[in-house]
Amino acid sequence: MIRVVLPTHLRTLARVDGEVQLDVEGPATLRAVLDTLEVRYPMLRGTIRDHGTQRRRAFVRFFACEQDLSHASPDALLPDAVAIGAEPLLIVGAMAGG
Amino acid sequence: MNTVRVLVGTRKGAFVLTSDAKRARWNISGPYFGGWEIYHLKGSPADPQRLYASQSSGWFGQQIQRSNDGGQTWEPVGNKFVYDGVPGTHQWYDGTPHPWEFKRVWHLEPSLTDPDTIYAGVEDAALFHSTDGGQTWQELPELRGAQGHLWQPGAGGMCLHTIVLDPSHPARIFIAISAAGTFRTDDAGKTWRPMNRGLRSEGIPNPHAEVGHCVHRIAMHSSRPSVLFMQKHWDVMRSDDAGESWHEVSGNLPTDFGFPIDVHAHEPDTIYVVPITSDSEHYPPEGKLRVYRSRTGGNEWEALTKGLPQRDCYVNVLRDAMTVDALDPCGLYFGTTGGQVYGSADAGDSWAPIVRDLPPVLSVEVQTLP
Repeated sequence: MIRVVLPTHLRTLARVDGEVQLDVEGPATLRAVLDTLEVRYPMLRGTIRDHGTQRRRAFVRFFACEQDLSHASPDALLPDAVAIGAEPLLIVGAMAGG
Repeated sequence: MNTVRVLVGTRKGAFVLTSDAKRARWNISGPYFGGWEIYHLKGSPADPQRLYASQSSGWFGQQIQRSNDGGQTWEPVGNKFVYDGVPGTHQWYDGTPHPWEFKRVWHLEPSLTDPDTIYAGVEDAALFHSTDGGQTWQELPELRGAQGHLWQPGAGGMCLHTIVLDPSHPARIFIAISAAGTFRTDDAGKTWRPMNRGLRSEGIPNPHAEVGHCVHRIAMHSSRPSVLFMQKHWDVMRSDDAGESWHEVSGNLPTDFGFPIDVHAHEPDTIYVVPITSDSEHYPPEGKLRVYRSRTGGNEWEALTKGLPQRDCYVNVLRDAMTVDALDPCGLYFGTTGGQVYGSADAGDSWAPIVRDLPPVLSVEVQTLP
């Protein structure tokens, strides 16, 4: 079971409270997590990564275990702590304001 | 007794304003989709309980929301807008080729007859439609064949912002793009022609070019669909031949720059504009918020000021932020970049704020309900 924390606006859009818990088949990669997330919550398609290219949207980042995973390959394995559910994968919208 | 439902899109959510036919006391609900930009929301003429909303965010992209109960509840539908084939390039601000990139939906236009059919005007400029209630979207790509490689963005982006459906000719659609101009199809989108003859635009190499004009909005009265009115970047224009040619009707306006233009519900020659000072001064002349009305189809205009601020007012009214209801007397509504929504229950003779402190208003539509 993998824990995912969505940004506030995507929680509202997907109508979820708190963390999302996902059973991901196969290796625990970012791509596998996002694929699983988008199957369960189709309205999130296109909000985190582009519909066509599957590239991360510019103002969205992926953090876990105090690391920035945004620029890692989507097919790289996530940290073990994320894979076993000890730590969440954080999907973060860039801070706005000034 | 009739009721009216005003649908307001803002920079930070949508609001629904409702009243009885007197239009004196209002109930305000919202924000819906708080924190998201709602460029436009509009109801289906064929089923007024069916509403569509364009919801977007710089972070999370585009969503389309649909309501089947007049806006009480909403559900996200399809948000996949993919250009047909390889879209190629249009002109960038500096005149260099720039690839087509989807950014957002500016305008939603439901079919006049089918609640599940709807058109979407998007940035970068293209026309999409859905025939399944917004679940899936397909581009009408032939539009980009109408010299799309020469189109260029206005300051607000290269947006397809106006879609006008001809009630007497179901296959005829007018659209407008900033800064490309007006285009018309007579075969439901299979072929398109630029309809910009008579427009004159300083700031482009050929002021009379076939495409490249910054049209801000066009409006039609359903009883007389061959007559169109246009607010261009500068100039208020009129066509009496379904867009084949245009002539200027700015007349005695204090300035002919502006964004919205609308037609009275029952008087096809009564039109409304909101002049602003200039292309860089997007606020009313002299700090006086004035709607101008022509009862002669243009050229002769009168200022409507009663109830509107006549000093120190520096807001703008965006292109989709003015509309008319179908009651008698005709009601008018407009929203400002300062967050006010004003209403008039007497065809513009007098005005009162319905709500004063919303986020900047992007669009205002109204439904007249039985």
